[in-house]
Amino acid sequence: MGLFNVFDVAGSAMNAQTVRLNTISSNLANADSVSGNPAQVYKAKSPVFETLLQQAVDKNSVGVRVKEIMESTAAPLVRYEPNHPLADAEGNIYSPNINTVEEMANMMSASRSYQNNVEVFNTSKQLLMRTISLGR
Amino acid sequence: MPISLDNVFGVHEAALKLRAQRTEVLASNLANADTPNYKAKDIDFQAAMRKATALSSAGTLKTTQKGHISSAGLGGLDDFVKFRIPTQPALDGNSVETHVEQAAFAKNAMEYQATLRFFEGKSQSIVTAIKGGS
Repeated sequence: MGLFNVFDVAGSAMNAQTVRLNTISSNLANADSVSGNPAQVYKAKSPVFETLLQQAVDKNSVGVRVKEIMESTAAPLVRYEPNHPLADAEGNIYSPNINTVEEMANMMSASRSYQNNVEVFNTSKQLLMRTISLGR
Repeated sequence: MPISLDNVFGVHEAALKLRAQRTEVLASNLANADTPNYKAKDIDFQAAMRKATALSSAGTLKTTQKGHISSAGLGGLDDFVKFRIPTQPALDGNSVETHVEQAAFAKNAMEYQATLRFFEGKSQSIVTAIKGGS
């Protein structure tokens, strides 16, 4: 009912943005995780967002959820390093195809979206508190 | 002039409800700012307000038979929820423009507080009238 729905909506969005921040941090952390086998290389993950239409009581206040986490299909980068302990028979090692600049930009976008929702949450809280104390 | 306690707050009652509902719609837009294919929505406040005041001044129709449709339920808020036309549509089908929504949200919050002030003023007047200023 009314302003109480805003808390659910903003909360679901903060949750979704947290998942996004989590995937970005694993991508950045594993940007240099090399492997001797191209099939075992870490693959960049990214969440797919979806509007929560089914569970909404009122279709005008809809939250958001993470539908799935996609794995990048980009081919791993190949480096010729025969002295590397993980190198395969041909002397190659494979590292994930992660663009750190892209991930950093994505991180800033996620954190701004999170902040937006915190702001919405706070404003709605203030409005509700003022409504509750009406007539005192 | 007799005061009817039923409609002391007049138009502000409908206004406060509409403002709260608009807050919900705008919050959903901001929450879905990164959702592919989400289309931003907003309430046509003026039209919704006109309908609300017309209903309250015209009164409501009586339902005396089973098949009668109550006039209060005719056309809910959904009639006034419109999709926003984006100035720069995104390639992923999302039409939320965060800055536009933020501005609308802030303005709506201010207007909500203004309506609350009217409520406070009205209720204080009634209390003064009852107590006789003592």
